[in-house]
Amino acid sequence: MAEPRGHLKRKLGLSTWIAVVCVLAALHALPWVFPSILHIMIMIFLFSLMGQGWNVLGGYAGQFSFGHSLFFGVGAYVSSLLFVRLGLTPWIGIFVSCGAGILLGLFVGFLSFRYGLKGPFFALIMLAFAEIFHMTATGWSAVGGALGVLIPLKGNAPGLMQFLRKEPFYFLTLWMMVGSLYLVWRLESTRLGLYFLATREDHDAAEALGVNTFRAQMAAMAISAGLTSIGGTIYAQYLLYIDPDSTFGVVNSVEIMLRPIIGGPGTILGPLLGSVVLTPLSEITRLAFQSYSGVYLMIYGLILVAVIMFLPDGLIGFARRVVKKFQKGAA
Amino acid sequence: MTLSFVAGSLLNGLLVGGVYSLMAIGLTLIFGVMKVVNFAHGSLIMLGMYTSYWAVILLRFDPYLAILVSLAVLFIIGACFQRFLINPILNAPEHNQLLLTLGVSLFMENLAVFLWSPDYRVLKTSYAEVNFYLGDISISLVRLLAFVSAMILAGILYLVLTRTDLGKAIRAASEEPKGALLMGINIRRLYMITFGIGAACAGVSGAAIAPFIPVYPYVGWLFVITAFVVVVLGGMGNILGAFVGGLIIGVADSVGAMFLPGAMKSIISFTIFIIILLLKPAGLFGRKNG
Repeated sequence: MAEPRGHLKRKLGLSTWIAVVCVLAALHALPWVFPSILHIMIMIFLFSLMGQGWNVLGGYAGQFSFGHSLFFGVGAYVSSLLFVRLGLTPWIGIFVSCGAGILLGLFVGFLSFRYGLKGPFFALIMLAFAEIFHMTATGWSAVGGALGVLIPLKGNAPGLMQFLRKEPFYFLTLWMMVGSLYLVWRLESTRLGLYFLATREDHDAAEALGVNTFRAQMAAMAISAGLTSIGGTIYAQYLLYIDPDSTFGVVNSVEIMLRPIIGGPGTILGPLLGSVVLTPLSEITRLAFQSYSGVYLMIYGLILVAVIMFLPDGLIGFARRVVKKFQKGAA
Repeated sequence: MTLSFVAGSLLNGLLVGGVYSLMAIGLTLIFGVMKVVNFAHGSLIMLGMYTSYWAVILLRFDPYLAILVSLAVLFIIGACFQRFLINPILNAPEHNQLLLTLGVSLFMENLAVFLWSPDYRVLKTSYAEVNFYLGDISISLVRLLAFVSAMILAGILYLVLTRTDLGKAIRAASEEPKGALLMGINIRRLYMITFGIGAACAGVSGAAIAPFIPVYPYVGWLFVITAFVVVVLGGMGNILGAFVGGLIIGVADSVGAMFLPGAMKSIISFTIFIIILLLKPAGLFGRKNG
């Protein structure tokens, strides 16, 4: 049994290490070279982080969620309310948010996975939970109602996760995103990561081989909810304003899940790649067609249809197939 | 809160519930026959509303005659949707079909924003404000007409499904697609027709509510989740269940509207949804569990 375990040990070749270091160095120099695209970069990293959250549950464990805005919204609301009402710094709030998201995820997961809900049923139950929170946040004035929560700007206050410049957010989101990549990269080689894949590929067969699929799905849900909630907190601190539509709204669920689906569900780099493609697209079309704010969603719809019909394993899967073809052609 | 007010809002809930039934019948028919969860159903309802709106404004049709225009237009849209988008990926994993219909829905809704602006449009009719009284319970005429239109189409659909060869073929394909294929039924054509009928149900229900619900591109979201709630309540693929479920959810929504602030009125039906999904995913009238 020595060989398969050795196979699981994650090691990168020297050339990959050099490439990773070069890319990271370039990304650290970027704020000084192209300061004007910092906002887009922050959005790319932020949605890639949350997309990675979705990817753990949807891509690896095979449970497609249509309601990840639930965790996004909880992450944004918990830290913001703690800050506005109790003065608690978002640096602590982000952990509380993350914990709240995980607990909520485990609750929804417990209800769903215990009864073996999957496929469209799970997707819809997530959507229903997100909508219930959406409606509650809109109708309950104690959490700001439809007007939402305005986070008072205290000037440049690093202790309160508030910065007047964009660079600190850039590095924060960059390292959070890199952290999520590392987490999933490590996860792939653990027993738990393999349980995720087994559950996704064949639930009953995995169960028959002694995999506790319920626990695997719960673990995937917890990681997924935690990552997405963290993204929600950073989003709230970055924009300093949240309302029910911009957090719990269905559009956010779509934004989060489209990135890994287009990039390549169940791959480490999928969410980042999807985010690199989609985020500039949405930001640029929003600037270009200001009066038609929905044009970017129309393009999202077209891309989603095209990807499902022609590239069901996403851009990464497509790239892999192209590489294979070339290797075959060379040989 | 007087008794007549309660009775009136329950009755109005029941009338709207009839329209929910028709929406859900379309959704459940599509699921029952080709196992596709059509997330674009709300957008089809929206298109039905706009079709009727433009038929009234541009062609000066009566709103209730415009229902027939919606029926025809949406049938064609639905059949094309199935033929060119759903059919090629019918054998893909089921979440791919869900995602495809989500993509189509995003596209259609935002195309509607692009073409017709996000403004709310109201279809003004001479009888919009007419109420009549049953004792001291007031009933709105447009809601009653919507209910009647929905019931007529549901009735026709029921007759088609039970009395005609087409209906027999649809039911056969939904129970045993391979067997139906072996019996010489043209499954591809049948799937197209079924999707067309499902979309036509959405179109008619949209056209029927256009006289009292403002028309705007994202209006489908008001109904798509409700339609899913109804379908799950009645059992996925169960047409009779969808019919009864629609009436139940219509009444549940109006009960919610009596006790909860406006933004939260649908919480009751969502809670029902979650409970049903968890405890009896085969629906109230499901034959087998899970």
